[in-house]
Amino acid sequence: MAEASTATAPAARPRKRSSGRPDNLGLLLNNRLATAGLAIFALIVLTALLAPLLPLPDPDVTAPADRLLRPLSEGHLLGTDALGRDILSRLVWGSRVSLAVGISATLIAAFFGSLIGLVAGYAGGRVDTLLMRGIDMVMAFPYILLALAIVAVLGPGLLNALYAIAVVNIPFFARNIRGIALGLSRREFVDAARLSGKSHAQILFIEVLPNVLPVIIITMSTTVGWMILETAGLSFLGLGAQPPQADLGSMLGDGRKILFTAPHVSIIPGLMIFALVMSINLIGDGVRDVLDPRLKSGALTRPVARTAVMRDHAPGKFLPSPGAVLDVRGLRTEFHFGREIFHAVGGVDMRLGQGECLGIVGESGSGKSVAAMSIMGLVPTPPGRITQGVALLDGEDLFSVSDERVRQLRGSAVSHVFQDPLSTLHPLFTIGDQLIEAIQAHQPLGKARATEKAAELLKLVRIPNPAERLKAYPHELSGGMRQRVCIAMALAGDARIIIADEPTTALDVTVQAQVLSLLDALRRENNTGILFITHDFGVVSAICDRVAVMYAGQFVETGTTAEILSSPAHPYTAKLIDCVPVLGQPERRLDAIEGRPPVVNDLPVGCRFAPRCPRAREDCRTGPIPLTRFGAGREVRCIHPLTREAADA
Amino acid sequence: MPEAPLLSIEQAEKVFGGGRTLFGRMRPAVHAVQDVSLEVRRGETLGVVGESGCGKSTLARLIVGLDAPTGGRIVFDGRDLVAEAGKDLRRLSRDVQYVFQDPVASLNPRKTIRTILEAPLIHLLGLDRTARESRLSELMDAVNLAPEFLDRYPHEFSGGQAQRIGIARALAADPKLIVLDEPVSALDVSVQAQVLNILDGLKTRFGLTYVFISHDLSVVESVSDRVAVMYFGRIVEIGPARAVFGSPRHPYTHLLLQSAPAPGRRSLVSEDAETELPDPYNPPPGCAFYARCPRGTDMCNARQPPLDEVAGETAHRAACFHPHEGR
Repeated sequence: MAEASTATAPAARPRKRSSGRPDNLGLLLNNRLATAGLAIFALIVLTALLAPLLPLPDPDVTAPADRLLRPLSEGHLLGTDALGRDILSRLVWGSRVSLAVGISATLIAAFFGSLIGLVAGYAGGRVDTLLMRGIDMVMAFPYILLALAIVAVLGPGLLNALYAIAVVNIPFFARNIRGIALGLSRREFVDAARLSGKSHAQILFIEVLPNVLPVIIITMSTTVGWMILETAGLSFLGLGAQPPQADLGSMLGDGRKILFTAPHVSIIPGLMIFALVMSINLIGDGVRDVLDPRLKSGALTRPVARTAVMRDHAPGKFLPSPGAVLDVRGLRTEFHFGREIFHAVGGVDMRLGQGECLGIVGESGSGKSVAAMSIMGLVPTPPGRITQGVALLDGEDLFSVSDERVRQLRGSAVSHVFQDPLSTLHPLFTIGDQLIEAIQAHQPLGKARATEKAAELLKLVRIPNPAERLKAYPHELSGGMRQRVCIAMALAGDARIIIADEPTTALDVTVQAQVLSLLDALRRENNTGILFITHDFGVVSAICDRVAVMYAGQFVETGTTAEILSSPAHPYTAKLIDCVPVLGQPERRLDAIEGRPPVVNDLPVGCRFAPRCPRAREDCRTGPIPLTRFGAGREVRCIHPLTREAADA
Repeated sequence: MPEAPLLSIEQAEKVFGGGRTLFGRMRPAVHAVQDVSLEVRRGETLGVVGESGCGKSTLARLIVGLDAPTGGRIVFDGRDLVAEAGKDLRRLSRDVQYVFQDPVASLNPRKTIRTILEAPLIHLLGLDRTARESRLSELMDAVNLAPEFLDRYPHEFSGGQAQRIGIARALAADPKLIVLDEPVSALDVSVQAQVLNILDGLKTRFGLTYVFISHDLSVVESVSDRVAVMYFGRIVEIGPARAVFGSPRHPYTHLLLQSAPAPGRRSLVSEDAETELPDPYNPPPGCAFYARCPRGTDMCNARQPPLDEVAGETAHRAACFHPHEGR
């Protein structure tokens, strides 16, 4: 998926972002519950703010003659309380007090809590231990007891209740912020700021703080409601607002004694507290969904189990090419974001024979991973969809078979090996468990037989002492060993094809050499075809029989490895080979490719490489360039190819 | 009389962990860098190669003063670098700068490029507004970026552009030495060449000295005058790039060069699967490469081979009792 995300998030676009992605407020309003919360909250706040201007009677004036009037009585819309005071008026003024106390307590707690968290997280070591143990001590008291103790010392009163609630909530902020600050302080930009001459205080407040701010806001939005409840709680106990001042909690407390004779006196402030806190919590959830980077990155959208296939027209009957295990024709995969369509893969044909290794070479964003992931429907939908093409596995179109059939084939006939073995393996299960699971998913074997088979697989990938290693957890193995386990897992179901997506990029050179020679030996022994995705021509030379060079979603050149490396015909292939330093040729001048690949939602009409191509002429830009035959077993998407003569000259 | 080296490191050592807990138990210690001695001459590029975990990035952090060594001496331009970094990192940062591996992570996502590039100009050089303006346009020109990029945010840049900004920041204070820690390994191959060419141009234009750290042998070979090969926290071979790559003496260097894929190279030499790095918490007494070495003898396992000059070549040294023959 790295491919797609780079393709879809091009930096520094030529034109100003006109994307269909809504901004933060738009996202918040998209959330219906949050919008409802926002509306209710806005109404309450507005009423509270306008309280002095509204035609309300004085909330503190008692009128014993009118005591305990029911709601909807004349002159008192919501009735009166035990002292004859107007409940509507007290409710509006009381909300005003509760809101003010709740919000200011939040601000105070956020300020001190964040400060402690920031300093602890950034400084680390002793300072961190000291501050956080102090916070732990505050947390060890039941919060209401602590609040009671503080009020007991300072005396009852609204302001003291506010302090108590703020203090009680400081640990919550401190803990949250410390975690984030700790992570940020180890980031490279903090080191860079130190080397730019900034002092620790400057780094903390100028570099780290802005990055923590969203988290502070999220935490605040989720605590305001809680704080209002706590204020009400203290006032209810008579420790907050003092009579005659109205406050939602004290109103509730007043009504408690006459709950059975005049329930409206307590129910009305209770409903108000409910509405207020509920609306704030709904907004808080909405704000978190919008601002939280983890949720932003798509955790809220649940991709379906298989890429959606939405082919405009039913493909005709395709006969697989003779000798091909996998035969992909005219594959197009797109990503739809709002109104924009990203053509990640724009018409790709690939054929893979038994025991053959086909390399797909391209830069990030060229669509090579998306093309490979499309075969087994592993491109996430939404936003991905396959809009054209067929993928024949032994003559069976993978895009039209049932979900159940795809599930059977995944990991058995076609399996995958990915770049990072540590994130592919589950950290909490032994590699034995994971291998046995992979075996049993496709073969009805008993536990003992499956364990035996797992050990055989480990032996197959040259892991010494396999029976013992089955008990190891992924973190106990080196990177190379882990990648071997992943390869063993890919072989668990007697794969016909392995799709290997940059399987050695994360490995050291000596380990890479081991893994490459292992893959090479396995495909010869087991006749497994390998679709090998990489950006490195050196790696391609070591393992691939044939190569397809990919640029902006299309193959620009295919042929045997030796031919393409010795005499590239497409200018892009030639440039791609020339821009990499080669071991043993230090004097070679590196020929950088000017410019950048096109954005796949805004492709040029003609040749996609034309804007960067030194050989481009007028006719390159007029229309799409077809992939044409160029000698035996070779195809090039170029109308002015570098011929052999030109390359030699 | 040869000119004094710009940077000389004498038996530098960096141990992580160690010491005792509150109750007197020993904490496990890892020697990230051990007994490293090297010199960097004015105007040269010293390449440092090695695989992950070999201590090359730790060495880089020691040189720029982000970490303090637990032993040994580092002398920069006649000054004691360690003492200076401990007292006032700013003075050192005016002369020694750093380019990070991950260009995007090294730029604060919430600051504009102008703010990022101005920081060293304000804090290290103390320039006023007009002087800063002209220096900023100089810098952007040096790394071949349009001046209107100054008011954009890091996420709007591609990896290659972001790395050029990282280089501009390192250049800002007009340093003498720049430590480049894997500056191109996060970049696409076509962009890699752009950045390498820019670095090459800047070196001659501003008379810079580079310490170039990478795991990519071909990149190091193409940029370096001299090369140091690190394994398990130590330098195992050091010498002129041509000598180290042309006739490697240490078996590890040999293995590295044989394993590296190159276009047109069909078969790679690979070892058996049992070859692993030694346990850093429990290092072997002798040569760390012994377990993987086809030439190892009992002597290698018993004691550490010294980094000695190779017979017949003056500047070329290898830490091996049984080095390969010169070609």
